[in-house]
Formats: sequence, C-alpha cells, structure tokens
Amino acid sequence: MDLINLGIKSIFIENMVFAYFLGMCSFLAVSKKVSTAFGLGLAVVFVLSITVPMNWLLNEYILNEGALTWLGPKFATIDLTFLRFIMFIAIIAAMVQLVEMMIEKFSPSLYGSLGIFLPLIAVNCAILGSSLFMAQRDYTIAEASVFGFGSGFGFFLAIIALAAIREKLKYSNVPDGLKGLGITMFITGLMGLAFMSFMGISI
Amino acid sequence: MSTETLEMPVAKPKEALLSKRRKKFITDPLNDDNPITIQVLGICSALAVTTQMKPTMVMAISVIFVLVFSNLLISVMRNLIPGRVRIIVQLAVVATLVTLVNEVLKAYAFDMYKELSVFIGLIITNCIVMGRLEAFALNNKPYDSALDGLGSGLGYSWIILAVAFFREIWGSGKVFGYPVFEAIGMDDFQANGLMVSPVGAFIVLGIIIWVQRTKTGYVEH
Repeated sequence: MDLINLGIKSIFIENMVFAYFLGMCSFLAVSKKVSTAFGLGLAVVFVLSITVPMNWLLNEYILNEGALTWLGPKFATIDLTFLRFIMFIAIIAAMVQLVEMMIEKFSPSLYGSLGIFLPLIAVNCAILGSSLFMAQRDYTIAEASVFGFGSGFGFFLAIIALAAIREKLKYSNVPDGLKGLGITMFITGLMGLAFMSFMGISI
Repeated sequence: MSTETLEMPVAKPKEALLSKRRKKFITDPLNDDNPITIQVLGICSALAVTTQMKPTMVMAISVIFVLVFSNLLISVMRNLIPGRVRIIVQLAVVATLVTLVNEVLKAYAFDMYKELSVFIGLIITNCIVMGRLEAFALNNKPYDSALDGLGSGLGYSWIILAVAFFREIWGSGKVFGYPVFEAIGMDDFQANGLMVSPVGAFIVLGIIIWVQRTKTGYVEH
C-alpha cells in the first residue's frame, strides 16, 4: 500500500515538472508536437526506471558511510558521499549509452522514433534530480524503483499534455512578446495549478 | 606613436584586456541574448530556488563560479578532447566543480546547503553550462571563454534575482528576509500564497519574459 501511495505521489502530487521544475529544458524545447513529446516521454520513463535503482545500489554498496563494510571491517568508516554527483552522472551517462545501443540492436523501429532523444536525456535534470532525491530520502530498493518509474511517468504525462495544448495554440492570436516561451510559461503555471488539486490524496 | 608601430610591423597589436569584442561577451547575454528569456536554457533552477532572495543569491554565485571555471578548463583542454567522448569529459569537469561548491557550502553555510538541497547538484545538468561549453568553450581561447561564462552567468543571475524579488515581496512581504511592509507601517499586508507555490514562479517568469521580449523586440516563431 505504501508503494502505491508513493507511486501516486510521485506521478501527480510531487510531479517532477510542476512541483520541482525538473526537466524544464527538454519539457519546453521538445513539446511542440505530440509525436516527438511522446518519444521523449517514453525515453525518460525508460531511463529513469533503470537508473534510479542502479544508483540506489551504488549508493548503498559504495558511497554511503559504512557502505564498504562488505570489503572488510577496516573499510567501515569510509564515507564517499562527496563523490555522489560525479558517480551518479557517470552511471546515468553510461546507462543512457547502453540503453541506446540495446534499443538499436533489438528494436530498430523504437530506436528510429527515440533515436535523437536518448543522448539528450543524459543531461535532463529530471534524471539526475530523481536519483538525488532518492539518495536524500533514504528509500529502500522497492521504493526507489517505484519512485523512478513514477517520476518518469509524471514527466511523460506532463509533456504530452503540454504538447497537445501547444498544437492547438498555433491557431490562436498571442501578443508578439508572449509568443513561444512566454505563453508556454503561463500554460505550465495553470497546469501546475490543476495538478495541485491532487494534493493530499492517499489510498 | 607612429615610430613605434614601424619598429615592429609583423607583430599584431595585442588585443586590449577588455576590447569592444570582449565586452560584447559580457553584455550580450544580459539582454539581447539572455540565456533564460531568449535561449530558453537553465529554466529548472531559475524557478525552483527563487522563493526567497537569499538562496537565489547563493545559487547565482554558484552558477557563475561553475560557468566561468568550466568554460575556462574545457577551453584549455579543447584540443586534447576527442570529439566522441566530449560529453563525458564535460560532465566530469562540471561535476567536479559542482562537488567543490557543494562541499564549500556544506562547510561554511550549512543552512543554505540544507535549503538548496538537490538544486546545487543539479547545476551539473543546468543546460546553460553544457550549452556554453558546447557552443563556445570548445572553439575559443581560454580568456574569451571565461568572459563568455561570466556574461552568461550574470545574464542568468539577474533574471533569477528579479523573479525571486517579486516572489518574495508578494509571497511573504520581505526582501532578503527584511520585512519591508512592516517597516513602512503597512501592518495589514496580506501575503499571497500563490507566489510562494510553484505556480507563482511560472507566472512571474512568464511576465518577465513578456516585458523583456517586448523591450528587445524579439519574436519567436
């Protein structure tokens, strides 16, 4: 039950885009068409579901204070948390590369539709952000997996919704200075307001 | 003067430390080519940390530091980095600098460190940093690159400080934690909760973008 609650929380209430503003760069840049937004959203869900549990393992067995005890008792006092950023980003970049190669090998059609977005994902703040939140909140491995998938899915929903609105927006008469980024900011704000109504829901 | 130039005709005149061309690196990103409002980079942190002025200031200084030094370091190494692995090299350099900032904050400003939490770490994936490295530092000399980093950092800073100013004064009636409205005798000031919430950030930034683009005349198609 706790896991379902955490899932709902990470998808709707603490949505990566609307509550923490993570992944805004790609959220704004790749939301002009629904089809491309769909591709990017899918890639983010995919990469997040893999990297968050991976980084959990890394955190638990290498980086945390006392995590190296499995090497021998004299390693018990070593605290490598200051290496967190560089290790997490290395894992993410490596995983993205690996996922890209695997998709290319096993499903060329999916690779065709995700192709350009995969390398971009390595520098998407939603990916690194989720891993850092995971480390900060001391999740267990099950919670970390659910959190990773939930955050990804929340991003997926948000980017598709925004892309759908922006496709319609092409036909409206927006003031010159507000075209593009400006009006998108307002729309995102209003969408965030809608997502705030999920606050307090628990099962 | 003329005799001096005759004596060394081959040597090119050395460029002034702050020549016109170099001044442009700093002034362009402030307005006409602003990283946030025109290039749409680094929006994540622009919104997340701006509920109050103080953490925003710390964030701005951290980003300027990381931008200047990552630009400088990558520019020094630009001829040594193979094209295929440049992203990894850039990430490694940026992550190292951000770790430095993080450790310094943890040691000397622990309250700020707690408040900014993951957003210091997220400077690594701030698109401005990667964007400037890719677009400028890889093809330009170290000094120019450092100036370019400084310019982009300042352009980023003034926008996030402006957003923070409006959010803090409307959201809690304070500037840098100082209660302005009480000081001028308006005790019945009602704080606007919307400004503190994420929604307020989007709307304030939207308005700033509108005003700024109307002034510069930039239109997106």
